[in-house]
Amino acid sequence: MGGHGAHWTRSPPRAIVSPMRSDRVLSDRSKLPSTEIVRFEGVGLRYGQGAEVLQDISFTLNSGGVYFLTGDSGAGKSSLLSLMYLARRPTRGRIEMFGIDTTRMSHAMLPRVRRRIGVVFQDFRLLDHLSTLDNVALPLRVAGVKESEIARHVPELLNWVGLGGAIKSKPPLLSGGEKQRVAIARAVINRPDLLLADEPTGNVDDRIAQRLMHLFIELNRLGTTVVVATHNEPLIKRFGFPRLHLSEGGLTLQPATRSKPAAEV
Amino acid sequence: MFRRRADLPFDHDATAAFLPAMIAMMVFLATLALSGALVLDNLLDRWNRDIKGTLTVQVVPTDTNPNSKTTAQRIEKTIRLLEETPGVLRARALSEDELAALIEPWLGSTDLIADLPLPNLIDVTISDAQPPDLIALSERLKKEIPGASVDDHRIWLSRVIRLADGLSMLARSVMVLIGLAAAVAVIYATRAGLAIHRSSIEILHLVGARDGYIARQYALRALWLGVQGAVIGFGLATPVLIGLGAMAKTLQGGLLAEVSFGPSHWIALGAVPVAAAGLAMIAAFLTVLRTLSRML
Repeated sequence: MGGHGAHWTRSPPRAIVSPMRSDRVLSDRSKLPSTEIVRFEGVGLRYGQGAEVLQDISFTLNSGGVYFLTGDSGAGKSSLLSLMYLARRPTRGRIEMFGIDTTRMSHAMLPRVRRRIGVVFQDFRLLDHLSTLDNVALPLRVAGVKESEIARHVPELLNWVGLGGAIKSKPPLLSGGEKQRVAIARAVINRPDLLLADEPTGNVDDRIAQRLMHLFIELNRLGTTVVVATHNEPLIKRFGFPRLHLSEGGLTLQPATRSKPAAEV
Repeated sequence: MFRRRADLPFDHDATAAFLPAMIAMMVFLATLALSGALVLDNLLDRWNRDIKGTLTVQVVPTDTNPNSKTTAQRIEKTIRLLEETPGVLRARALSEDELAALIEPWLGSTDLIADLPLPNLIDVTISDAQPPDLIALSERLKKEIPGASVDDHRIWLSRVIRLADGLSMLARSVMVLIGLAAAVAVIYATRAGLAIHRSSIEILHLVGARDGYIARQYALRALWLGVQGAVIGFGLATPVLIGLGAMAKTLQGGLLAEVSFGPSHWIALGAVPVAAAGLAMIAAFLTVLRTLSRML
């Protein structure tokens, strides 16, 4: 997985443990009672004049859980995630994120909600002209975090994901696995309340896939709710988290096979 | 200051070459237009001073006897007409002695003068604040009183002033149009830039960037490109102005005296590139804000 000292240290860096967000005060959320973090009510989504790719989707996610989002290719996993990270609005229905009705939310409110969500895109979506450090620092810079804080915490996080030697490298020079770790670091640097990962294990071998999952679990222990879209069945069985399964535009919940379910349909 | 790290890949878009070139041309033209307006303002100021205060109306005798009853009636009528004209404070016919004294330096003996058919002159005091329309006055006199006319030089200067006023307005209008054209060009260049960087903007949005954060990056970029273009445009205009000024100096005397620029003029001209760069920045900022407000 890349040539830049590819190892992840066990304990997460201060950047993750001590959030640097300037727009709100956080306590140790791992000790907070579980609250509803995502609510979909009768949500439908269609692209243009085509058929609905998502139909009557209703579910809630409570904070503090780890969820798998599964379904065949084209089932609408990425579309469902994009509704959650506010990249598009539903054609119908109602979506609440952190108790805020996003379907009626003003444009000016979008950044506040988005800063509470970290996203790992399937295609990473890194900015090729920026260094690894600048890519990871992006969520902090847009939130107005001081450069001195960024200079202290971002390298620490990059060391944690095994990219300490690639701080100045730009994405075109990184391997797929390294890009993925940069994308993950960018998604978690702000210690989001909700982490959405779209097929993060799609292009990596089983060993790396498991390490990724352990990273997400580590974040979850710190209070981040995690949704992982995947069709890696062995991984789903191994970790046994509750499963949101998309099929023919509809969604069903399959409860946890190993831990207490935290989602309700 | 302006070239700090940008989150958007500005170095790879075509506006980097287009905007400075376009702003350089605009600044060049605007500087020339403003300098034209300033020169005209200078001349207008001087010419207006020249036609302030008094003017002379002459009434040419229509028969051989300048003291005839008809001529006297026409002088009286002329004075009445002048006194009714807005902007005329006073009108007084010069006496024969005053007339003779006026031309004595050229013709000498007053005896000789007494035999000449001299025109009758009326000394008119006009308001400085609201001078009369000399061209209209001249036409009215010509129409109503045969042989009466306003001092030719004043009329001619008045016509030149009217033309110069129009040209000055035109120069200012050209400046406004150049400014509008520059703003439109910046708006379209910015929109093109937004389309080019759409995917990067989406990423910035998704990590929580406010529209203002993205707009500031575009604004700083436009300011930097605007400064480059403005410096080039002003740098090209300055030698042209200096050259024109040198050529104007050879014409000094008469109408074109004192057309050189003072420090206040150079400050006004120096404001053109500053305004152009500022305009580019503001146009870019507002365009990005407006466009992003329609994005999710």
